[in-house]
Amino acid sequence: MNEPELTIGVLLPDVLGTYSDAGNALVLAQRARWRGVAASVMPVLADDSPPATCDLYLLGGGEDAAQMFAVEWLAGHPDLVRAMARSAVTFAVCAGLQILGSTLVDDRGQRRDGLGLLDLSTAPGASRSVGELISDCDIPGVGLLTGFENHRGTTTLGPGARPLGRVLSGVGNGARHPGGAVDGAICGRVVATYMHGPALARNPALADHLLQRATGLPFDAAELPDVPDLPALRRAYLSEPRRRRTAMWTARPGRR
Amino acid sequence: MPSFPRVTDRNAAAPGPDLPSAATRPPPFRPGPWVRTAVAAGLAAATISRRARLGAGAIIGGRVTLALAPSALTGLAAGRQVVLVSGTNGKTTTAHLLAAALRTAGPVAHNATGANMADGAVAALMAEPDAPAAVIEVDELYLASVADAVRPAVVVVLNLTRDQLDRGSEVRAVAAAVGAALAAHPDIVVVANADDPMVVWAVGAAARVVWVATSGRWTGDATACPRCGRTLHRQPSSDGPDWGCGCGLKRPVPQWTARDASAETLGQVIPVRLRLPGTFNVGNAVTALAAAEVLGCDPHVAAVAMSTTSEVAGRYAVTTHRGRQARLLLAKNPAGWAETLHLLDDRPVLLAVNNREADGRDSSWLWDVPFETLTSRRVVASGERAADLGVRLTYAGIDHTTVTDPIAGLDLLPPGPVDVVANYTAFHQIRRRMGAARGGKS
Repeated sequence: MNEPELTIGVLLPDVLGTYSDAGNALVLAQRARWRGVAASVMPVLADDSPPATCDLYLLGGGEDAAQMFAVEWLAGHPDLVRAMARSAVTFAVCAGLQILGSTLVDDRGQRRDGLGLLDLSTAPGASRSVGELISDCDIPGVGLLTGFENHRGTTTLGPGARPLGRVLSGVGNGARHPGGAVDGAICGRVVATYMHGPALARNPALADHLLQRATGLPFDAAELPDVPDLPALRRAYLSEPRRRRTAMWTARPGRR
Repeated sequence: MPSFPRVTDRNAAAPGPDLPSAATRPPPFRPGPWVRTAVAAGLAAATISRRARLGAGAIIGGRVTLALAPSALTGLAAGRQVVLVSGTNGKTTTAHLLAAALRTAGPVAHNATGANMADGAVAALMAEPDAPAAVIEVDELYLASVADAVRPAVVVVLNLTRDQLDRGSEVRAVAAAVGAALAAHPDIVVVANADDPMVVWAVGAAARVVWVATSGRWTGDATACPRCGRTLHRQPSSDGPDWGCGCGLKRPVPQWTARDASAETLGQVIPVRLRLPGTFNVGNAVTALAAAEVLGCDPHVAAVAMSTTSEVAGRYAVTTHRGRQARLLLAKNPAGWAETLHLLDDRPVLLAVNNREADGRDSSWLWDVPFETLTSRRVVASGERAADLGVRLTYAGIDHTTVTDPIAGLDLLPPGPVDVVANYTAFHQIRRRMGAARGGKS
């Protein structure tokens, strides 16, 4: 008999694939394999019937119209949403975070319901937040998180959600939060952030935390020596926070 | 002044274009005294910049002229047949190939260095004041303003994919901007890529379109229908991958199809033998052929002229550096990297990635590039974001050495032929430093 395999479902990469967050799936799968746990990545496209049996689900960032499509698609697959709430571990980024919240405001300014897996609500902010984001993660042992944020949404956490991390540099959720700025949210089995990068490539300890929760196996949260360039990457992003946060949308589009 | 052929329309059903013929078009550029002064000042600034070795001088010259006379672009373009070349990838190469084709009929103004905003267009037109034709590559987000100023005869739209998300716009917003630019000029003949759903959606209502099947490899940025958001259906067909959506957006019937080393149009086969590598460059060349034919060039003559182009603003050039014959390749975004990695054989390869302003600060896109293909060869990861690249390669299972300095990285590769793939600012640093090293020896 085959040994149990970790299955990672990447939800709607054809719709929410704008910001390369699908890289998170590769990071999770490889880190599992390096420890001898068989792992497979299953892209779940808009035309597919999504399986409710994955161990981990990933949702990435996307454009406004894509986000509204994703809300409706998920709402149309209640078995999947139930699995995300009860049996699997879910990691959501940016638009993914907003979709899984209780309410969000769509591209026409209409308030609408999200999936309700995260106790938070999102509304458009005054300007776009674009740049490096650093936070101190609320999960014990994970440490500092680094990522690249690019969003206009301002997210307010409800009493049922706790933040993923306290913002040291950058914007994060953007809304006022008691005790200072925060990024992301944790509600039960769902972990969410505004960090691209992809987040799990830059923050292996967070990847290992998710693997540990999904498998029950003891994944060592310490950085492995198996990715030799990771210390230099983390040093670079954590030591020189660069901010370019305001109004990038209206800034001159001048490129090369 | 050589008489440049007028625009011809190959769509028999479509009404003939009302573009200026040799007889009716406005007289050649007769700028007012102030524009003349502004142009003289710009040219002087360009010369000073070049002599001071600050660069090719094109951008500063154009900027000085534009600052003194904001309407200079309109004045400089008046009376000429202008082709604008836009899209995410292949602008510079396609514009070079098209300029080579059109030069068979007379002088052509061309922003050859790839300075693709209004200042670069001004500089190109200033440099060739008597050329009756102009080929101008234009950044997608500047297409509207440049088109308003130069009133082009033809606009080429190559492809629209993700690029510099942190400072540009999401792809759909870029496509909408391109669509609005074209809608403002219904008399333009648009030459556009039938294989890119984002382009087809953007070009949308343009009255006169010549569709080209380029058989692009990258579909990662238009898996969902740009019009309605549903999944696009794709299937193979005789002239490339067919695609369509339930909402009605579908691949238009192409008038031109790119094959391995030829162009096919209305049953006619035209050999396309390029000295540039890659199937995507055949697609670029066939697109340029279609545009050249709209302007009245014989496509057979045009194809022969294109076969003389062996490098494009330093791209594809082979430079010898300390015993390594380095072929320089530029790739700027996931689509460009995917196409470029595909053309590599198993030579040792140096990769270089920066994330400066002009590259886009966000380097997440590395995770959408199929580096998994770089097996069984020596690989060096370099550039200011060498660590990001190295992490990506490790997760891709690719053995590599990481060193920030690309020239030091080149020394780690064995002597002989090697490939160098770099993104925008890394590419220019490498070119500059290799040139400096060569100059130092002589």
